[in-house]
Amino acid sequence: MNHLLWLVPASPLLGAVILGLCGTMLPARATALIGTASVGIAALIAILIGLHWYAAAPPSHIFIQHLWTWLTLPGLTVDIGLYLDPVSLLMMLVITIIGTLIHLFSTAYMAGEDGYSRYFAYLNLFVAAMLLLILASDLLVLFVGWEGVGVCSYLLVGFWFQDAANGYAARKSFIVTRIADIAMLAGILLLAVKLGTLAIQPMLARATELWPHGGTWPTLAAGLLLIGGLGKSAQFPFQTWLPDAMAGPTPVSALIHAATMVTAGVYLVVRLHVLYLLAPDVLLTISIGAGITILLAALAALVQSDIKRVLAYSTISQIGYMFLALGVGAWSAAMFHFLTHAVFKALLFLSAGAIAMRLDHEQDIFKMGGLRTSLPLAFWSFLIGAASLAAVPIVSAGSFSKEMILGAVWFAPGIGPGLWAAGLLGALITATYSFRVVFLVFFGPTHTPVTGRSGAPIAVPLVLLAAGSLLIGWLETPSFLGGDRLVMTLLHPVLGSPASRSALTILIEAAGFIVPLLGIAIAYTLYRSGHWQRAAAAQPGALRRLLRSGFGFDALYEILLVRPFMALVGALRHDPVDHVVTLISATTLQLHQTLRRSQIGQLRRYAAWLMAGSIATIALLVFA
Amino acid sequence: MILAWLLIIPLLGGLLAWPADRIAPMLPRAISLATLLLELALILPLVHGSGTAILSTPSPIQSGHWLATFDARWIPTFGIGIRLDLDGLSWLLIVLTILIGLFAVIVSWREIDHGTGFFHANLLWSLAGSIGVFLALDLFLFFFFWEVMLVPMYFIIAIWGHEHRRRAAIKFFLFTQGSGLLMLLSILALAFRHQQQTGVLTFDYVALLASQPTGRLGMLIMLGFFIAFLVKLPSFPVHSWLPDTHTQAPTAGSVILASILLKTAGYGLMRFAVPLFVTVAHHIAPLAMALGTISIFYGAILAYGQSDLKKLVAYSSIGHMGFVLIGIYSFNAIAWQGAVILMIAHGVSTGALFITVGSIQHRLHTRDLTRMGGLWTDLPRLSSFGTFFVIASMGLPGLANFVGEFLILRGVYAASPAIAVLAAIGLIPAALYSLIAIQRAFHGGASAARHTHDLSARETALMLALGTAVIWLGVDPQPVLKIAAPSIAALLPITHAAAIPATRRGT
Repeated sequence: MNHLLWLVPASPLLGAVILGLCGTMLPARATALIGTASVGIAALIAILIGLHWYAAAPPSHIFIQHLWTWLTLPGLTVDIGLYLDPVSLLMMLVITIIGTLIHLFSTAYMAGEDGYSRYFAYLNLFVAAMLLLILASDLLVLFVGWEGVGVCSYLLVGFWFQDAANGYAARKSFIVTRIADIAMLAGILLLAVKLGTLAIQPMLARATELWPHGGTWPTLAAGLLLIGGLGKSAQFPFQTWLPDAMAGPTPVSALIHAATMVTAGVYLVVRLHVLYLLAPDVLLTISIGAGITILLAALAALVQSDIKRVLAYSTISQIGYMFLALGVGAWSAAMFHFLTHAVFKALLFLSAGAIAMRLDHEQDIFKMGGLRTSLPLAFWSFLIGAASLAAVPIVSAGSFSKEMILGAVWFAPGIGPGLWAAGLLGALITATYSFRVVFLVFFGPTHTPVTGRSGAPIAVPLVLLAAGSLLIGWLETPSFLGGDRLVMTLLHPVLGSPASRSALTILIEAAGFIVPLLGIAIAYTLYRSGHWQRAAAAQPGALRRLLRSGFGFDALYEILLVRPFMALVGALRHDPVDHVVTLISATTLQLHQTLRRSQIGQLRRYAAWLMAGSIATIALLVFA
Repeated sequence: MILAWLLIIPLLGGLLAWPADRIAPMLPRAISLATLLLELALILPLVHGSGTAILSTPSPIQSGHWLATFDARWIPTFGIGIRLDLDGLSWLLIVLTILIGLFAVIVSWREIDHGTGFFHANLLWSLAGSIGVFLALDLFLFFFFWEVMLVPMYFIIAIWGHEHRRRAAIKFFLFTQGSGLLMLLSILALAFRHQQQTGVLTFDYVALLASQPTGRLGMLIMLGFFIAFLVKLPSFPVHSWLPDTHTQAPTAGSVILASILLKTAGYGLMRFAVPLFVTVAHHIAPLAMALGTISIFYGAILAYGQSDLKKLVAYSSIGHMGFVLIGIYSFNAIAWQGAVILMIAHGVSTGALFITVGSIQHRLHTRDLTRMGGLWTDLPRLSSFGTFFVIASMGLPGLANFVGEFLILRGVYAASPAIAVLAAIGLIPAALYSLIAIQRAFHGGASAARHTHDLSARETALMLALGTAVIWLGVDPQPVLKIAAPSIAALLPITHAAAIPATRRGT
């Protein structure tokens, strides 16, 4: 079964090629079929491989499929190959299954749009690139997928290209991540030169062999790669691109900017966790940065009025939790939260899309309201998703994974309790802002009339994802709820077992359970008292404006980066070096004019000059 | 003899094509296509057979890693011979030349509507000159072809160019001719110095390789070559002929200029400026690296500021060639491989971009970005190809340019991490100008409905061929690396061998 692995990225790639080359000639139905089926086949194969793996895992839980040698030179060999282990298996399943559901959703969501086939070509290409990213056995091939998903994200954020604002958002997302990617490239170069290979497993083996714990090289390499990961995952200080990236179609936000691409940074660290273990300073930075990201993004989400921007900030914040887990070495907890987050965040975005479809693409939560009765399916799916996001205990997937992270963080030596407090505070704010949206959108008076109807392509993904959001947490439960260990058991051969939690006091777990409920209560109180509605209508104060702008990072970068660059562009636009050249030619021309004036054809003048010259020469000879 | 035919055929083809437009306007095009296809048929088989054998034993340049050679007397009194040699590096660049030549003929199909005979004659002669440059291993002969390549190009720009073609053609001519004269002086000085030392006057490359002048004289002679190639590359601060020339040249002219003529400079550095002057080349390396790095940023920042799309692409070329420059002067085999790949990749992707700009200009009668925008609505096919090539030229991994850039960075990193990191940072402004070009040309709303036709079947086929080449080079560059490896192994060890021992300086 495993030898079919190459088909998993190849199938969506083929879909993209077909749609890219002759998509415009195909009827919409065929486009939708090719687009969805190509990912569906990949998902099917992935599931088969997964089942096969469950029945009989290959020796040492690794399957490598060598495809071809990209380049081989003395001192550098890069193979294009696929590396399947429990981590990439889990990622592959999530990407293909959720990808299929989102493609299916898109067939209805994008119906009638110009560029229908272009959309599916990009989306298929994205899935292929994302699969290459997670399956690559070589860091440079991973980088190919890494940049590939970046370009697809750029193309899809700017999908509605007629509007210049979308183009700006698309460029911003690409440039911000590219800045981070350059650091990553520098890290790759460093690893290539110092370790002589970029094939991930041999490279990691050599790193542990050659580099001391906490040495300069592992710290530098891990740090540079981390910057790339932070950029892609929209973490502090690169978080600014993600809220703007919401300019793309909503299914795109669900797939790329929530479930898959933005978690690539998490995957990168997990994939290279051996290297990160050599760099404790980098791990510490990850934890602190994650704490900052969680709180900044959660606070910003609290005051947004665009439903997609709330979700965007919540994504930043939730990925912050994953990084929080990475910082304390709880790799499998991060992977588990990646899994649950992918499901419930895709659900939330698709629900938001389903609502917007019926409200003439309205995204302002204050113009919605009362949709509980008119859009029951969207209501229940959004509610289930929001419950997971808020980590409502027992019933939601999010609570299990968040609980696991907070438990692991508490026991981290040194700053553990501090990080735990930050995480807990974040959880409180998360519950508040998620249910702020739930109350404002689905309860109270109706503001915008509902039109149209939604078909099966909308309903099926919502129902399946909602079921996932309710149930997937039970794969991994705390001891008093049965102590299932399915995800941990799967990941164990690569990531080891999580730190012992025997000393976990009941108080820590109870806090994690109570805080979300407290947050929902706050949201409800403020909703009942009309605080949210009044605050939105009132002139925003300075603090509110700061929060709403995501703490003014855009303005900061505008001053620090954009303006200097534009000034440079303005100063150099007309090529000052060329001016020097022009000056030379102008001077020559001027000399030519001047000298020409002396040649006027008057014999008398020439004779006079001749005489003057002779006298001067004689004078020189006589007196010198 | 086959190498001589490679030169004679396009020269004769040009002579045939010149008067042929009096018989039928299509005839010069047909003759050009036939000539170039014949060339392709001649050169393609040369790499097979010996290709794998030479890989295993990278031999010094004297002991024959050549795929084919040709030697004839020309002016024996002065030690000038017709010495042509083909190795992997020249093979690659000649194949690129011929293929780009074919594309240039195809893109001129509609664009050139007067003087087609003379146009195609010039085109073929310019290609013949380039092929000669890539083959000649007699320095005088090399200089001869260097000139042969330029004069027809001058005519192409001056006659079939756009609004300010005269000025641009003269600028092009002065820059390249002026620097060419410097090179001639250097060639003469090198030969005379060799004569002083050995008593033999010769312009033979292999003989002169042993000369290795050092000290101030060596530096001066080397600078003549270095400056000539720097102008041609072009590198900051001697680049300013390029944007003007590109802007004014007809599409075929721009394509040949960017895809082939610029490559002669990179080739010249690798074949002559470094191996002939190993020690002094090492002395100049910091300067070359600095100029290359400045070019990367300068090109990218100026590209961002242009409102003429063709000028934007031209400035982007300066940035790409900056990578080639730092790659060559890192004296690292991986970086040299990268430089070769990047030269080919740039030839294809930037050539395709000039074709795209030409197609836009043909339809909208403007190159001004402020008058474009929203082209995707009217010309989806052209816009998607354009976007693809912009992204390729931006260095998207998986496409051709990235392989070159990565290998260069990898090689340069081994020599100087600081330069490698700086150059990598230069990829950020590259992304900026690429995306703003896409935005301003293809995205946005169309100000007015344009009733124009999208790419024809001929143009689409051309774009597909170029696109396939970009992808193929990007995912499987190994064949190219393999062909170039013996040449690089032959050109570089001399560098290392001579750079280290001080005894050589004493002699």
